[in-house]
Amino acid sequence: MSMTTPRIDSGKLGELAATPDGRGAETVFAVSDLTVSYSGNVALKGVDLAIQKNFVTAFIGPSGCGKSTFIRCFNRMNDLVPGARVDGEVLYHGRDLYGANVDPVEVRRRIGMVFQKPNPFPKSIYDNIAFGPRILGMKQDIDERVERTLKHAALWDEVKDRLKENALGLSGGQQQRLCIARALAVEPDVILMDEPASALDPISTSRIEDLIHELKNEYTIVIVTHNMQQAARVADKTAFFSVELREDGSGRHGILVEYDQTTKVFTNPTDKRTEDYVTGRFG
Amino acid sequence: MSSAQITDPYDITASSNNLGRRRRIQKLVSFVAILSAALAVALLALVLGTVLFKGLSQIDTAFFTKPAALFGEKGGIADALIGSALIVGMAMIMAVPIAILVAIYIAEYAGPKAASFFRVMLDVLNGVPAIIVGIFIYGLLVVGKGQSAIYGAMALAILMIPMVARATQEILELVPRHLREASLALGVPRWRTVYSIVLPTAIGGILTGVVIAVARVAGETAPLLFTSSITQNQISFDIHNALPTLPVRIFTLSESPSPDDQAAAWAAALVLIAFVLVMNIVAKVIANRKRRSLEGG
Ligand SMILES: Nc1ncnc2c1ncn2[C@@H]1O[C@H](COP(=O)(O)OP(=O)(O)OP(=O)(O)O)[C@@H](O)[C@H]1O
Ligand SMILES: [Mg+2]
Repeated sequence: MSMTTPRIDSGKLGELAATPDGRGAETVFAVSDLTVSYSGNVALKGVDLAIQKNFVTAFIGPSGCGKSTFIRCFNRMNDLVPGARVDGEVLYHGRDLYGANVDPVEVRRRIGMVFQKPNPFPKSIYDNIAFGPRILGMKQDIDERVERTLKHAALWDEVKDRLKENALGLSGGQQQRLCIARALAVEPDVILMDEPASALDPISTSRIEDLIHELKNEYTIVIVTHNMQQAARVADKTAFFSVELREDGSGRHGILVEYDQTTKVFTNPTDKRTEDYVTGRFG
Repeated sequence: MSSAQITDPYDITASSNNLGRRRRIQKLVSFVAILSAALAVALLALVLGTVLFKGLSQIDTAFFTKPAALFGEKGGIADALIGSALIVGMAMIMAVPIAILVAIYIAEYAGPKAASFFRVMLDVLNGVPAIIVGIFIYGLLVVGKGQSAIYGAMALAILMIPMVARATQEILELVPRHLREASLALGVPRWRTVYSIVLPTAIGGILTGVVIAVARVAGETAPLLFTSSITQNQISFDIHNALPTLPVRIFTLSESPSPDDQAAAWAAALVLIAFVLVMNIVAKVIANRKRRSLEGG
């Protein structure tokens, strides 16, 4: 690890970031000097950052800067990509997420994920929600759990009369809320969302945003978005990533440029590159 | 052509450059293609027509309920149908689980190099002539222990495994990656994801592959000549002995000098062809129905 990289004292940053209602007082993830490469090509380099409990943290930045790569480090989804390699440290409540005795399956149970394209299982609406809990042994009161999670995801009223129908018959926005409900059903601690609304119309998008507001009281949420207004609307803190050309000309990789309170990032950024991006002068 | 001539550059009715030649080639190619397609259909019609013409008149209820003829009297194929059903059924029980496990390994667990190695191996196995598989089982088991329906089923299973495994593996690879990710992201283990999400999604395609493989091996004759051909031609369910089968029956009947036997051979051939056709239609129906349910019908 390079000695020049300033290490973030996540505990201290956490205290600084806490809101009056107590959200954000605790650090959920502390990332230090994280580098991810695919088959030897570095995609994201030297990221240091801490994510606070019950905060909504947004990742923004141009296409290809490694936002998806980064968010997939938190639930070890990159383990599934042949040739992917993660170096550096990710602490989850102080425990090494990539420790030798950590089972990625258990990690993914606690850290749920919602994908860019709604991806319900080709099963009934009910079974989409019940699938996770059943397999993970949360077998009591499945009916009640399905109802509770669908209400939580603001979908219950729309689907309560058609629970046995195939989930693929729902609209895109409904499918995405179903996917959020499916993630909530296994009682995660954190929810990762990789551009959850980018495939949706404006009305469905605003429903997802409302939902994020509701959920942040109980969950820690990390969201990747291309839409800066969306980041400004939903996020407590925002991290701006950018692409950096390597000095030796061997290619480009993503870096973390700036990470701060969302209002600060959008109104008074420290870095020139952030300012160019948020004011639309990028590229 | 004179360069002084004023031409309308947007005149799309005028032919430019080699348009005429391109049109002629286009016509020629489509003519040859249509002709070839028609030839293939005509060949199928000819085969079906001949078998239908020569076999249909022989078929009555007794043909299905009586075993082979002893002397002179008109016989049926009941014994061969039972033997074929038992042998193909056993082959299916032996081959399908192995084939699906092989396919799961290739599609879900193997790295890219191992996967392509096993794919090539299956293709090679698929290309081994049936008679070689027959000789293999003959040399390994039949010599010494004698013929048996079980050995016949083993030979057919060896033929089925690469067919079913390859079909299954291709279907598994068509299951969208985002479905696997959705399940894994819930903290569902890999094997459970395969069992509960990937296999049910692919089940239509897998069944189609099995049905087509069954139709293929049901008509295989060579391996059964080595393993289950010296038979009593009586109705029997004893799988430890050789059992009569439809393809072997067609073979022996057609070798016979008696015109009655030859007529019976055509009729038996008609039954076999009808079975293969029905199986293929069943496969199509399964595939279509499953595709519709995947698309959210
Ligand atoms: N599975 C993979 N295999 C190889 N390279 C990959 C893989 N996934 C991402 N990359 C590379 O890593 C870099 C970062 O990609 P990533 O998908 O993380 O960017 P992103 O910021 O999410 O972009 P977008 O906004 O377009 O989604 C890109 O150069 C990409 O080509
Ligand atoms: Mg992305």
